[in-house]
Amino acid sequence: MAVTEFLGRNPLRIFAFALLTLMSLQSVAAVLPEDRADVLYHRYEGGGITIDGPSVLVRKQFKDTVSAWGNYYTDNISGASIDLLSRGSTYYEEHRTEASVGFDYLHDRTVLSLSHTNSSERDYEANSYAFAVSQDFFGDMTTLSLNYSQGNDEVRQNIYENGSIAETIKRGDAKHQRFGLGLTQVLTEKWIMAFNAESVVDEGFLNNPYRSVRYLLPDGGVGNQPEVYPETRNSDAFALRSMYYLPYRAALRLEYRTYFDSWDINADNWEIRYIHPYGDEWTFEIKYRAYSQSQAEFFNDLFPYEDAQNFLARDKEMSAYSDTTFGLGVTYELKQTFFSWIDKSTLNFYWDYMSFDYENFRANTPENTAEYGVGNEPFYQFDANVLRLFLSINY
Amino acid sequence: MLRLIRCFALTLLPFVGGACSVQPWVQSHERGYLADPIMAFEQHPASTRYINHVYEAREAARGAEGSAGGGCGCN
Repeated sequence: MAVTEFLGRNPLRIFAFALLTLMSLQSVAAVLPEDRADVLYHRYEGGGITIDGPSVLVRKQFKDTVSAWGNYYTDNISGASIDLLSRGSTYYEEHRTEASVGFDYLHDRTVLSLSHTNSSERDYEANSYAFAVSQDFFGDMTTLSLNYSQGNDEVRQNIYENGSIAETIKRGDAKHQRFGLGLTQVLTEKWIMAFNAESVVDEGFLNNPYRSVRYLLPDGGVGNQPEVYPETRNSDAFALRSMYYLPYRAALRLEYRTYFDSWDINADNWEIRYIHPYGDEWTFEIKYRAYSQSQAEFFNDLFPYEDAQNFLARDKEMSAYSDTTFGLGVTYELKQTFFSWIDKSTLNFYWDYMSFDYENFRANTPENTAEYGVGNEPFYQFDANVLRLFLSINY
Repeated sequence: MLRLIRCFALTLLPFVGGACSVQPWVQSHERGYLADPIMAFEQHPASTRYINHVYEAREAARGAEGSAGGGCGCN
């Protein structure tokens, strides 16, 4: 009771208490992640836009107690999404660079992790710091982890004149905090499960400065005004994952996650994945994932009049919709003998086909509005192809 | 969520000092299947980080990704 009173409702105090309790557990062993390098090309194509670029990840151990890593990632974005088309624009280009560094420290059978990420684009700057601790105990059958991260963003807006950027102005700041915990449990010789929970607390300027809502004018026409979001958003997500080794050499992975937030969005997703090695060199993977969500309480595809409510959204990610993903993956282990320091190298290719169906967000392109009338356009839907091609080296 | 973290912290208390009577039932030498690389929840961190970013940018839900999560400038 005294402990409960001490913890109160202060999230940082509760988190620190859980952290200290976790670090005091008796443990048997903990290991650092293996040394590896990944060079990846990624490509997303769908909904009128293409996003591609490289990602390079390098991880190296030092003196068996420290593992340092770095990740460089870029997004090259081009095309015209439904948001641009509905405003009569036709093309858009953007470049985002993300750099992360971190290290894991093994001490007294506990792994402590620290990392920093910077994401930079002309109209958005984000910096985040993350801290995590994980520990194996109960004869290595259980792994507990806690993580905390904080991100500070500066949201800016490009002002366009004659199709080019005339200036970039600051619109506001946003702060993000994440509190997470994980529990991984060996259940049998062939079955392992993991439970994850994470709370996210957002504060500040949370909407996209470019997006607007539409509303009916008294004369039957349609007007536009900028979106207005609340300045706080709290969310909770809980996930359960299972890996099972089948009677022959193959694995079945199941996942379920549920989500709800203070904007009234409830979401669920589940996934089934089958991993099947073939010979010594090939591994094949097939998966199916389904996601659905309800709308934010302040979303409306067409508001009845200007300033119809305090908060206004017409972002399609705030609407009610569902999506499905069908994915295939193949890994080929290269048999090379040129470099003695390489333990293993693989070539990997993954293809995901995503299909989005919106339930109350309409495709209000000028053509659709002219043909069907305001508020009667067909609901938006689109498909996307997501590719990952990468080389992995373990050393 | 606060209630969950508090329950989690209090649940751990009996384990402190080894005051736990249940013994591990899968020994280290019985984990050959679990050690197979195909049994990793995620085998490739850069690839997982990317696909989680795709989901987070296209869907309102976020959090509890399990690995390779974290903040991103994906507004």
